[in-house]
Amino acid sequence: MVAVILSLTLLVLDHRFHHLQQLRSALAFVTYPLHYLADLPFTASRWLSETTSSRDTLLQQNRELRDENLRLRAELQKYESLQAENMRLRDLVDSSFKVGDRVLVAELSSVDLDPYKQQVIINKGAISGVFEGQPVLDAHAVMGQVTNVTPLSSTVLLITDTSHALPVQVLRNGLRTIALGTGHIDELKLPYLPTNSDIVEGDLLVTSGLGGKFPPGYPVARVTRIDRSPDAPFSNVVAQPRAHLDRSREVLLVWTVPNQLPVPGDPVAPPAPLAPATGNDGAAGTGDAAPDTTPDPEPQA
Amino acid sequence: MSTGQGRLIIVVTVCVAMLLAILPMPDWARPFRPPWVTLVLIYWAIALPHRVGVGSGFVAGIVLDVLTGALLGQHALAMSVVVFIAIQLHQRIRVFPFWQQSLGILVLLIVEHLFGLWITGATRGTAPALQYWAGPFIGALLWPWTFVTLRKVRRHFKVT
Repeated sequence: MVAVILSLTLLVLDHRFHHLQQLRSALAFVTYPLHYLADLPFTASRWLSETTSSRDTLLQQNRELRDENLRLRAELQKYESLQAENMRLRDLVDSSFKVGDRVLVAELSSVDLDPYKQQVIINKGAISGVFEGQPVLDAHAVMGQVTNVTPLSSTVLLITDTSHALPVQVLRNGLRTIALGTGHIDELKLPYLPTNSDIVEGDLLVTSGLGGKFPPGYPVARVTRIDRSPDAPFSNVVAQPRAHLDRSREVLLVWTVPNQLPVPGDPVAPPAPLAPATGNDGAAGTGDAAPDTTPDPEPQA
Repeated sequence: MSTGQGRLIIVVTVCVAMLLAILPMPDWARPFRPPWVTLVLIYWAIALPHRVGVGSGFVAGIVLDVLTGALLGQHALAMSVVVFIAIQLHQRIRVFPFWQQSLGILVLLIVEHLFGLWITGATRGTAPALQYWAGPFIGALLWPWTFVTLRKVRRHFKVT
């Protein structure tokens, strides 16, 4: 009886008030050896295959990586000059906007979690400076955000979890809305777009930077399906995340330059249900195609 | 054998079950993962009801919650209830033949999954797919082997 009441209290506290982060972090630190043990065979086998791979393979890989590095460097040169130009233009119009994020590479632990929640564990924690709410990317796009930190590991909630909402923007025309997780690893939905909004299949969605958690301008997803029914006020838009949510092994943790953007009241905390403000943002931002108050994210050339 | 050592054996078996519960599996197989921790706890509750009680179930449940990143208290609630029922019925279950035991375990596991269903339904508003219910059946099928293995462990280390 006592146990049942205690568990119910815990459930309510955890779900409604999020008071238990400290307790959870402490317990997670205690159970870290179990996570480590479960991950060990996979780390070991990877290490083994790396140490025993043949010289030819390594040489081949090395060559490929060098080629790719060269190509990326060439692109970076272009990007740098564009960035400089961007800053100069922004100086001219007196708008301050700093580009420059610090990143850290972390690795996923091969551990299975609750199959009905989209989350992963990474091998960097508070010791490396990871903090709650930190954005996580992979090589392609935004993956999610950190929800729980222990000294040696942390939990990342993926953008496709049903409790996750992410403020996004259509790259083509700046249309702002919210992308919600569906619980399927390859699907996001955009429920707050009116039927007449300007969005087409294949549109790239990028983070809008509203909400203050994610830096603006990172790619998120590509629109794959739009169902417009004339009698419904909102169209049914489905997008596919660009990040390889179920395949990436390495992820990037991002530290952004502290808030230079005016943050409108729309914090997107992962476990919190959608605040009405976010809904308004989606509905209001869609009327006019050009964003008026948001600084345009334009890292892409 | 001293009581301290007996407790150690129980904790080790539960830890092994937890390891099995988070060991990575291919995506298609994840819904079919047997509920290892529950099986092991039920065994100890039936075999040694004076050693493993509702409190142990609660603690194991909390640890499992943290391990799998579930809502804190979700497994704890289910485990406490399951261990409680198992202790109530332990005299009867012990004398059943294996197949009848498996049926009893099936009911216990379904109760556990019902709690999981209620809690996910209440907090997230989504019901898991039908594969969710494969867990109890696989667990019940695996029960005879779990039982025999754990009985061997218990007799070998003379845990009483």
